Amino acid sequence: MVTNEIKTDSSLVAHLLRRAGFGSDYSQIQEFTKKKYEEIVEDFLNPEIFPEVEDKLISRHYISLGANKDNQATWNGRWFYRMINTKRPLQEKMALFWHHVLATGWTKSEHTPTMVNHIEMLRKNGLKNFRTILIELSKDPAMIYWLDNNENHSESINENYGREILELFSMGIGNYTEDDIKNAARSFTGWTFTQPLPLYPYGHYESKFIFKENDHDYGVKKFLEKTGPFNGEEIIDIISQQEATARFICRHLYNFFVEDEPQVPAWSITPPKNQFAIDQMVKSWLESDADLKSVMRTLLNSDWFKKSKMNRVKCPAEFIAATLKISGEYRSPDPGLVQLESTCIAMGQKLMDPPSVEGWHTGKEWIDGGTLTERVNYAIEILNDPNKPGVKFIINEIKNDKESHNPKKFVNRMLELVGFIEISENTKSLLIKLAEEDGKLSFRTKKDQEISRNRIMRMLRLIISSMEFQFS
Amino acid sequence: MTTKNKEPVLLIIQLSGGNDFMNTVIPFTSGVYFDNRPLVGIPENKMIPFTENLAFHPCAKSLKNLYEKGKVAIIQGIGYENSSRSHFRAMDIWHTCEPNHVATEGWLAKVIREIDPNSSNPVTAVNFGRGLPRALAAPGVIATSVGDLDNYGLMSEIEKEEEKIEDLEMFKRMYTPALGSGIVMDYLGETGRTVLTGADILAEAPINYSSTIEYSNNPIAKSLRDVARVHFAGLGTRIFYTNHAGYDHHAQEVPNHARLLTELTDAISDFMDDLDEHNASEEITILVFTEFGRRVKDNGSGTDHGSGGGAFIIGENVKGGLYSEYPSLNPSDWLYGEDLQHTIDFRGIYGTILQQWMGIDPHDIIGGDFEQISPFNKTLIR
Repeated sequence: MVTNEIKTDSSLVAHLLRRAGFGSDYSQIQEFTKKKYEEIVEDFLNPEIFPEVEDKLISRHYISLGANKDNQATWNGRWFYRMINTKRPLQEKMALFWHHVLATGWTKSEHTPTMVNHIEMLRKNGLKNFRTILIELSKDPAMIYWLDNNENHSESINENYGREILELFSMGIGNYTEDDIKNAARSFTGWTFTQPLPLYPYGHYESKFIFKENDHDYGVKKFLEKTGPFNGEEIIDIISQQEATARFICRHLYNFFVEDEPQVPAWSITPPKNQFAIDQMVKSWLESDADLKSVMRTLLNSDWFKKSKMNRVKCPAEFIAATLKISGEYRSPDPGLVQLESTCIAMGQKLMDPPSVEGWHTGKEWIDGGTLTERVNYAIEILNDPNKPGVKFIINEIKNDKESHNPKKFVNRMLELVGFIEISENTKSLLIKLAEEDGKLSFRTKKDQEISRNRIMRMLRLIISSMEFQFS
Repeated sequence: MTTKNKEPVLLIIQLSGGNDFMNTVIPFTSGVYFDNRPLVGIPENKMIPFTENLAFHPCAKSLKNLYEKGKVAIIQGIGYENSSRSHFRAMDIWHTCEPNHVATEGWLAKVIREIDPNSSNPVTAVNFGRGLPRALAAPGVIATSVGDLDNYGLMSEIEKEEEKIEDLEMFKRMYTPALGSGIVMDYLGETGRTVLTGADILAEAPINYSSTIEYSNNPIAKSLRDVARVHFAGLGTRIFYTNHAGYDHHAQEVPNHARLLTELTDAISDFMDDLDEHNASEEITILVFTEFGRRVKDNGSGTDHGSGGGAFIIGENVKGGLYSEYPSLNPSDWLYGEDLQHTIDFRGIYGTILQQWMGIDPHDIIGGDFEQISPFNKTLIR
């Protein structure tokens, strides 16, 4: 029986790859359908089984992409290269997720090497225990400078990091007092770095974490009902055990992987869209002692995740990567990678440089007249070219499959070929009507072939400029 | 040709990177200037003096001519307390009027909200450049951003005109979601359809434009020509925005600053002539600003980020001259011991323009009451 081959439905695989990765081309989707869904999820949860992307190759092939340590565009180009080529999609997606939540920016230091290390830190730790993530974050020079912990001294505390680690990185507003903030700040005194930032006037040398014993406040602190001579790690221990932390981070995960929630400042007054889903994730969190892998396993294997197709707006990085997955470009290092940063900026997202410590506003706030124009025109610029490998593939698939020459089947097949995109009834009926007006596709004569190719190109253009293509 | 538009119009020219005010308007009688700027200092025999103590950069001839005609108000020492040395943060502050926390609503977006509360005209504000500057962005506010006026709009990448028209027609139908499709779909659909309307409106502008002025071939000249073309089409645009980039002269300042100032001041001068030719001189006021001034002392090749910059208000209705005070050149007055201290808050200049030129109460837009100046001879406020 042929059905033995297919263990997971293609559209479900496509959904998983869009959310837990950066989209996929048709052949990749087919490859994954041979595995059981839960097995694919396990593969994603254990990235170390699969080889790393050799993005160092980039600097070997293209000096301009590798040599300039200070140029963010080259590093963001490398990041896009990873998103497109990684065999560890969830690892890369978690790095972007944490970049949204633990938002650290380049703007203040203008110091690229520490930001590159920061993203690598998120990549390495994204699926580990939340405690580990917070400890690594607190020791990260980019973060220390971003939130002034280098100005946080035993004799005079700077509350910035103490406040944000509670408000934005773990528990959310309303779950702690101003004294808790002060005492958290005291516990992080002496956590600083070696090479000073910012770029001007100190230059772009790499910076390392250092604990300055003589600048640490060893006194007794009261923090979240507990008392002791806490240091930063003990504070993080206490934070990680809080149910409020579990609820806050799980809601972030839900917002990023499942369904657009309102913007974070509204969370203390607006209940989650799916309380049941959050409860399930929180249960995993508490049972596994804040293990992100367990929480993500629960999320990705849940029914509510599987049923959540096409209901969150892609962020610009996802939009660009998904488009390039379809076009089949950038499968090897290419100087064009450095351009992708500015494309992404024009769509409203500068990677490695969120607008503030609150991160990017997500969901429908990605879309305004300017960014929508950029998205639509970019997708068309990339895909309205029959010679791109991915587009060529689509044309040939339609050509070689007689059934797809029937107008209705043609539309459905096109939707599959661009990644099993689900569209509204309204859009679908418009596309089918258009296809029916032009009748059956034919490839008999040269002329027929040209007409049919143009029809395929047009259908492709319409699908990728649809409202639905803005969603993931 | 005359224009239909008699409402006051504001054109903002943003100089990105931090224009070196000290080398644009030079305090040439001060030894401090020459002592601190052995490399980037302008030789006295080259600069263009216009008062007893101040001279223009040699490449700002066009600006000097406009100044002599009384059309340029120079705002000396513009800035704010604890000036940020980060381009991005500093620009953000200028865009949002919020020096103390990160804000998301742009000051001009709030102006658009006042002018067109129902978002009835998608081209009330038009930016020339890629992406929308934060100054023009706020939830629920529509502003149009034009990369290339001659090839503007959705699907501009499609070469065959026929295909493009057909696709746009389909786009419009696809972006008209069925009832009950949800808030996000409705919003997305409305945004898509608004972009289409904006593009249709703007398509008129290049068709009817004719002028004897020959602008130079560089980005700022091209942008100002686009401003002229859209303005003369009478589409109801009240705010134009454009950007002239490259002022971050840490290195090679001498040749690069000269080139930028030539391009900028020539483009402004051509634009003013174009307005004149179309009897529209009295309709537009220009504000030229930058995120900060530069360090007093040069670094051997250029200058680093500083404060106490300068801005210019230019137009037919402007009462030319010097406004506020040139920042103190006495090192003991310097910010952080090395930067010029500002002498007037930028929000007061925004306030001046909003209240005296646009006829809009600035209080809620700039976040308070700030000292204003009186740089206008007359206005269009009825």
